[in-house]
Amino acid sequence: MNTEVASRAHAASESRPLRFSVSGSVDDGKSTLVGRLLLDTKQIAEDQLAHVEEASRRRGFSRTELGLLTDGLRAEREQGITIDVAYRYFRTAKRRFIVADTPGHVQYTRNMVTGASTADVALLIVDVRHGVSEQTRRHALASRLFGVKNLVFGVNKMDLVDFSEAEFRRVESELLAFADKLPRSSITIVPVAALLGDNIVERSTAMPWYTGPALLEILEAAHAGGDRDKPFRFPVQWVVRPSSDEHHDYRAYAGQIAQGTVRVGDRLVAWPSGKSSIVTGIDRHPETLQEASAPLSVAIRLADNIDISRSDVLTHEGAPPRLARSFSATVAWFDAREAKVGQRYWLKINTRTVRVRLDAIEGIVDLTTLGLRAGAAALALNDLAVVRLSTSIPIVCDAYDDAPITGSFILVDEVSHDTVAAGILKSESGDEP
Amino acid sequence: MSEITEARKNSCDQNDRTSEENVESYGDSDRTRNFSDLAQEVASLDELEAEAIFILREVVAEREKPMLLFSGGKDSLVLLRLAEKAFRPARFPFPLVHVDTGHNFPEVMAFRDERVAELGERLIVSSVEDMIADGRLRDEVGPRASRNRLQTAALLDVIEKNGFDAAIGGARRDEERARAKERVFSFRDSFGAWDPKNQRPEPWALYNSFVRRGEHLRVFPLSNWTELDVWAYIRRENLRLPSIYFAHERRVFQRDGMLYAPTAGTQLLPGEQLETRSVRYRTVGDMTCTGAVASVAFSIDDVIGEIATSRITERGQTRADDRATEAAMEDRKREGYF
Ligand SMILES: Nc1nc2c(ncn2[C@@H]2O[C@H](COP(=O)(O)OP(=O)(O)O)[C@@H](O)[C@H]2O)c(=O)[nH]1
Repeated sequence: MNTEVASRAHAASESRPLRFSVSGSVDDGKSTLVGRLLLDTKQIAEDQLAHVEEASRRRGFSRTELGLLTDGLRAEREQGITIDVAYRYFRTAKRRFIVADTPGHVQYTRNMVTGASTADVALLIVDVRHGVSEQTRRHALASRLFGVKNLVFGVNKMDLVDFSEAEFRRVESELLAFADKLPRSSITIVPVAALLGDNIVERSTAMPWYTGPALLEILEAAHAGGDRDKPFRFPVQWVVRPSSDEHHDYRAYAGQIAQGTVRVGDRLVAWPSGKSSIVTGIDRHPETLQEASAPLSVAIRLADNIDISRSDVLTHEGAPPRLARSFSATVAWFDAREAKVGQRYWLKINTRTVRVRLDAIEGIVDLTTLGLRAGAAALALNDLAVVRLSTSIPIVCDAYDDAPITGSFILVDEVSHDTVAAGILKSESGDEP
Repeated sequence: MSEITEARKNSCDQNDRTSEENVESYGDSDRTRNFSDLAQEVASLDELEAEAIFILREVVAEREKPMLLFSGGKDSLVLLRLAEKAFRPARFPFPLVHVDTGHNFPEVMAFRDERVAELGERLIVSSVEDMIADGRLRDEVGPRASRNRLQTAALLDVIEKNGFDAAIGGARRDEERARAKERVFSFRDSFGAWDPKNQRPEPWALYNSFVRRGEHLRVFPLSNWTELDVWAYIRRENLRLPSIYFAHERRVFQRDGMLYAPTAGTQLLPGEQLETRSVRYRTVGDMTCTGAVASVAFSIDDVIGEIATSRITERGQTRADDRATEAAMEDRKREGYF
């Protein structure tokens, strides 16, 4: 095997960028904290800072509102709230970070789920004076439900309680009591003062009783999911077939490796047809590889012409995925229009778009107990629910816990074309949401 | 306020620089913004590249008539490279489109045509000048006249005329605060308008590409790239760039703290004068609103060194159009600007 390729692939798994979401109730200090993180890691350019100072002055604030750094839209700055998810990027000497800044009101489920969908870590901000709110619980549970196992709580505004250890411990024990209900999660709790920068990038000197790491250190050390060792999944996106004479016989199946590793010589099976063939080449133009792992985008050549097209999923032989026409899923409902049993939508899963029908609402998730409330006739805005869906053709149904990319989907309204729900497939036996 | 202003002051004092002159600071060895870890850089670029290729293939598979906006600038050159990786050895499944304001840098136009010829792909040029000639558009007047807004009209015109239902562009979320809110597949109504408060949520990489006739998508494969990523990728892929991205001597004048090259219609204001400076461009757009920065970066490595330590954003340093008001970019995007 080509050693250059091997060392590259190795590096890719060791040092992936960390993606994290940040959320909190309005005014808990989320924007300030993100602003502080960017400022203290020297990501804020002078023109941006000058702009925020000017905007703060114009609004008559006595201090520079760091929150204005991250509120990108006019309405957000006018109303002093964040409306929509925004993405920011920063890097330190140790790592690269992608931050999904997810506001927590009105469309909170939509924003939370969007942020959580790609996050390795969920950072939740709590105002030390208010403790754990209903909103905090919802955010934490929604993040966990959509696959984020690593939750970090920033207990903020410690300066307003004189950096008191007792106040911090009170909130900490509330958090720990509630975190007990979150299955298989790792919880970290850190006292911070976002406005002043305490325990954000540098450890605070105002809280000698806290001996743990600062927030940035926690993020730098966090694990980012690597999917190269999981079972191979390759949703076909596009068939590369040049019309030129020179490449007359070239045909390759292009896509991004969702998880796992593929090698030349492997026997692959295309689903749902079940036909198989052997890999003769893996192209990453202009290179040709002997092996490739998630998350690379490649084009795979096969020995036989077995009628593969977009939407098919390639896997290794010997471990067939579950195929089903009717399946259970957990969905987050984003639309103001309710969803009633019997309604039809477009389902986009992997690279496949098919019609789907809502067959049953098995229960609405109660975000305070994590239990299911049965008997609902419709799904309303912000609901998280377990439902049964059916499609006209069988599709590959990977459980989200094992295969986050192939196990997740969106629903699109047939008329408005809005994305009305995000969903994850449950494992066949699982009964908790 | 004291804390923050203090921090800012410190960084200014250390570098002893005058922001009015738009000079970059070179001596700053701040470790927090450097690529100190090669493995990290490789992993990031691999992941960003894979994501961008996925996005390109996705829009082509799901839309009937996509096109790719190609200006000859660095971001669109990166897009072309990614398109090669996504579709070769086949031809690109879309034409390239350039919205020509008539005030483009001649070096960049020459480079654009050379690159198109090399690739053997099709280029459609939508010309602001033509639309002015046949009376559909009128030039702004005065010394600060710019064709920035006319560009939007020419873009929407080429989209409508050709029935394009997706326009792929090189905009990045890190460029500007309104762009940080932008989706990867961003919906535009039949007037080409963006409604930032009512965007389709975009969980995972499950892009919603549904449009009706007359509506279209703007698709941004480089959404998650930063300026530094673009340069690191250019270095890794050995991409050639138009010469104006590197330091060169140029006749320029100073206006609003930026350095501009005169165009045919330039009228100098009182107190402004032409001088020869060593400059490079951080972005290339319409000459009337794209500024140069003083620079001695002659190679890609030099440029990366300057950017890694620069304390001013690329648009803040070089784009007059974003400075107009607090929400200048948001307003232009709502009207259909890229
Ligand atoms: N005293 C104090 N005020 C804070 C702190 N963090 C945020 N704030 C203030 O709390 C208010 C709300 O903060 P903001 O970041 O806008 O909250 P968001 O709605 O969660 O984004 C602002 O006036 C901030 O200046 C903190 O650590 N200490």
